[in-house]
Amino acid sequence: MSRFLIRRLLNMIPLLLGITFISFVAMSLVPGDFVSNLKLNPTITPEVIHQLQAQFGLDQPLMVRYFKWLWGVLHLNFGFSLSYRVSVTGLIASRAFNTILLALSSMIFSWMIAIPIGIIVAVNQNSIWDRFLSFLAFFGMSVPNFFLAFLMMYLALKTGWFPIGGTFSVDYATLDPLSKVADRINHLILPVFVLGISGTAGLMRLMRSQILEIKNSDFVRTARAKGLSERVVIYKHVLRNALNPFVTMAGYSLGDLLGGAALVEAVMNLQGLGLLMLDAVRSLDIYLVMGSVLMGTILLLVGNLLADIALVAVDPRVDFSSVAAE
Amino acid sequence: MNADAVIPAHLESAAVIEARASGLRSEWRLASYTVRFSAICLAIFYLLAAASPFFASYDPTYQNRTMPDCPPMALHLSAPSEWSHGLFYTHPMRMTDPALRKFTQDNSRRIYIHLFTRGHLFTTDADSEPYFMLGSEGLGRDLYSRIVYGSRVSMCVGLLGVLISFSLGITIGALSGYLGGTIDFLIMRWSEIEMSLPQFYFLLALAAVIPSGLSAVTTFFMIVAIMSFISWAGFARIIRGMASSVRSRPYVEAARALGASRWRIITRHIIPSVLGYAVVAATLSIPGFILGESALSLLGLGIQEPAASWGNLLAQAQDVQNLARYPWILIPGIFIFLAVMSFNFLGDHLRDRLDPSGAS
Repeated sequence: MSRFLIRRLLNMIPLLLGITFISFVAMSLVPGDFVSNLKLNPTITPEVIHQLQAQFGLDQPLMVRYFKWLWGVLHLNFGFSLSYRVSVTGLIASRAFNTILLALSSMIFSWMIAIPIGIIVAVNQNSIWDRFLSFLAFFGMSVPNFFLAFLMMYLALKTGWFPIGGTFSVDYATLDPLSKVADRINHLILPVFVLGISGTAGLMRLMRSQILEIKNSDFVRTARAKGLSERVVIYKHVLRNALNPFVTMAGYSLGDLLGGAALVEAVMNLQGLGLLMLDAVRSLDIYLVMGSVLMGTILLLVGNLLADIALVAVDPRVDFSSVAAE
Repeated sequence: MNADAVIPAHLESAAVIEARASGLRSEWRLASYTVRFSAICLAIFYLLAAASPFFASYDPTYQNRTMPDCPPMALHLSAPSEWSHGLFYTHPMRMTDPALRKFTQDNSRRIYIHLFTRGHLFTTDADSEPYFMLGSEGLGRDLYSRIVYGSRVSMCVGLLGVLISFSLGITIGALSGYLGGTIDFLIMRWSEIEMSLPQFYFLLALAAVIPSGLSAVTTFFMIVAIMSFISWAGFARIIRGMASSVRSRPYVEAARALGASRWRIITRHIIPSVLGYAVVAATLSIPGFILGESALSLLGLGIQEPAASWGNLLAQAQDVQNLARYPWILIPGIFIFLAVMSFNFLGDHLRDRLDPSGAS
């Protein structure tokens, strides 16, 4: 276990270096920088601009800046956000929490729907329900989540049942703790629904094909031959085996969830990592972009790692040496 | 060459054409209704993209300054006695509240809609008296015409992106799987980096590189290049896995024993054997490209105004007030949805057709 962990953590290092370097070069290729936007402002003199550029290290060569940034990151200093005028570390920490909350809730939401429906559909294969729900799954898979987010915003506007976007209400600070939680949940319902639906369809299809595959395997036939009831066969034998790939899926769907969350955040105006990243890209706030990319990547890698550990815990046939070999 | 030789050749080609046509026909019969619907949808979209100036009713950049955010207009069938004026007509809309952009229909007047005139499928006599089938957007441009022109972007981005990322993925993957060793190791580590990226974040960072002053066509190609750059790795890994398993098959060993060169083995034996999978995966990856471009354009990092794309047409809806008052600006999203769904259905169908054993 510890050898596996160390190996995986060591593997992350070149990965993170590669990703941050590519992003850094990309952001440096953008003509102009945050400070050069200020040049359009007549009240700021060229001297001030030079001073700012020197202060933020924008006048130094690319490699020097990259290694300085990297050195800072090693000390948990992600740099200074030029547009928000605060340290990137604090900014990202608060935003990442919101994004993780959104992503995890949507994942749980889609599991809670996909697994039971997948079971029902697979057990009643080729029934009218199977056809209908499989069709619906395609439908759900194909709705772009930004479009669904717009539709839900429209629903919220017309019915008034849900808050119209935002992370929390205007009077959030004045609420008591219990109302605060209720307020957050109230604001999360629509985004979680939007983000969860697209994942649900894929998971449902996976569940269905898994069960259908396992239903015909030898140990299921043996279980039936022993005279076990259909209920026991499905829930104790088939289902437990069918759930394995879900654990792996959980790790790998994180990337999609983060990407999807960014769009949903942008449309529904949620204060998450994705919206932060978008703002940073728009205002050429290079250290904020770097911080967000790094944070997103770490979330993804840690998610994958946790999924692999969970897989070993769930499935006795899998051990750390076989997971590491993949 | 005499006439006798020509006639059999001619007959043969006719037979081939007929066989091909009947093949298509039986394909059509095998397809479910959803797949047929998808095929028709895509055919229409590609037609719209290929002949946008004809299918659009107006110039997509022509601004009707007096009619911004006009709702979709109702279409009426003329009485037979008026067919000399036009088969269809609509009542003009007049802005009665410029602040809230409210329109009322002027039932006393009629604007006739003509088919196949002025080089369009259907249009009115003058651009200043328009028929907004799907309403107009904030600058008074015809939403329908902009959607038609926008189809060019969405329809091309998928094909072109898949073409690039697939040729990259299939070449690199086959090479990597067949050659093995250090090259394989390096390529796989690189693809791992690409695959563990939070793709959308990376896409945002890369899209920022595109200078804003470029023409729409150049921007389009840069977006395609960026998305292909991000997405080839997944294909390469799968193709590599298949290639390295094919490598030890008897027929490849036979080819090697016969003295075939590496290049010949890769191009003649390995790539053809993984092509079936590749076609399915290609079809199923097109939606990703369409969605990627739409998302970037929606967020203002992709295709820029005044050029139209289904994504940037939706950008107006980001303002809650616009969404509440002018809900028809969401219509481009339906087109994105239909395109994505059609490719999903078609890809799924292709998978079943090419590999009936794996069909569940």
